[in-house]
Amino acid sequence: MIPYDKLPHTPIASVNSVVVKTGAWRTFKPVINYEKCIRCMICWKFCPDVSIRLEDGSSYPAQSERIKETIKEAPVIDYDHCKGCGICAEECPTKAIEMVPEEK
Amino acid sequence: MVKLTIPEIELMSPGHTGCQGCGATIAMRYALKALGEKTIVSIPACCWAVMPGVWPNNCMRVPLLYTAFETTGASISGIKAALRALGEEDVTVMGWAGDGGTADIGMQALSAAAERNEDVIYVMYDNEAYMNTGIQRSGATPLGAWTTTTPVGKTKFWERRPKKPMVDIVAAHKVPYAATLSIGYPEDFVKKMKKAKEISGFRFLHIYSPCPTGWKSPPQYTPKLAKLAVTSRAFPLYEVEEGIYRVTMKPKKTPLKEYLMLQGRFRHLTDEDMKELERDIERRWKELLLKEEMTAKLEELNE
Ligand SMILES: Cc1ncc(C[n+]2csc(CCOP(=O)(O)OP(=O)(O)O)c2C)c(N)n1
Ligand code: SF4
Ligand code: SF4
Ligand SMILES: [Mg+2]
Repeated sequence: MIPYDKLPHTPIASVNSVVVKTGAWRTFKPVINYEKCIRCMICWKFCPDVSIRLEDGSSYPAQSERIKETIKEAPVIDYDHCKGCGICAEECPTKAIEMVPEEK
Repeated sequence: MVKLTIPEIELMSPGHTGCQGCGATIAMRYALKALGEKTIVSIPACCWAVMPGVWPNNCMRVPLLYTAFETTGASISGIKAALRALGEEDVTVMGWAGDGGTADIGMQALSAAAERNEDVIYVMYDNEAYMNTGIQRSGATPLGAWTTTTPVGKTKFWERRPKKPMVDIVAAHKVPYAATLSIGYPEDFVKKMKKAKEISGFRFLHIYSPCPTGWKSPPQYTPKLAKLAVTSRAFPLYEVEEGIYRVTMKPKKTPLKEYLMLQGRFRHLTDEDMKELERDIERRWKELLLKEEMTAKLEELNE
């Protein structure tokens, strides 16, 4: 058997891909209207780019105070990585997300 | 507190190189949510072989090994054997191959691993063609579809053969679990993945993963198409456990045309062609229900 230290070197990819800012791909940008958002997190669930975070929602507007009291989090878009596919806007049950042209 | 319907843990990072609206990346995200950190993944040549990133970047937060196109079944068998030799019994080994890498070139290694009842999970994420090399047809390309090797022209030489029934083929090997999953139904997806994790022996999961680039569909419709595929019965959700079929979703039927017409790859079909496709799909659905009815009787034998 070949001893471990005599095995050939194998390239290993070890840098977390968060360093890659795929937000530059975007031509349309999702914008959440927090007053329409019911915090169902369906947008979070379907995002292929893991670009919707669940953050402390206390500083965001809401449809009602009750929503803010019962659900502490709000969906927040990570524009560094969001590729602008529009899935969140398409799946949102209250049409709270609008896709607006990206200005470059 | 927010109530989430799928686990919050993320083991796939953003910054991967999947196309906008890629269904296969949603599939990996859900799979890792369900399986958790103690997982090793093996990936052959396919879109997912390039999506983790350009070296040294990697979106996977669990160990990932690359293997040759036709070897997923052999690769996961070897990884499991090595873990067993090291005394690591509680690690889930998952092979993650495309439809070309499974239904065509990887078929014999898959069949051999299933026949040996290796203690692994084999996933075929299905975008219904060889996408990474530019949309060539595979054994999983559905009837009627355009691809670059089933072009549409005066002779109308689009895909003329139905999709290979991979779950039925693998289930016929008498493995403990085989199922279809769809990224359109995340809760059902995670439930089946978790169920597969708890079973020992060979588990086969066929995951429907829309591909906006290859299907010529708008990227925002990826989950919508996945749902329409299930409701139109083009891709039924079912599982086969110890030979017993169970249709896990029997939704109200939606017209096939609605599903087809959102995708450029079906745009050439006439109403007459679509009726032909609908007939094929209805026949397969009935066949599935009959299998469910027939194999339910096996349950009595098991008792
Ligand atoms: C032996 C071998 N033949 C051909 C290729 C070229 N190749 C790389 S990926 C690929 C397509 C894979 O298709 P599929 O398995 O459906 O995965 P997808 O790209 O669609 O995700 C092909 C043909 C290869 N890498 N190795
Ligand atoms: S899907 Fe819409 S309503 Fe639900 S959390 Fe997202 S933005 Fe809010
Ligand atoms: S547009 Fe697409 S990538 Fe961006 S946040 Fe919405 S679902 Fe995610
Ligand atoms: Mg494919």
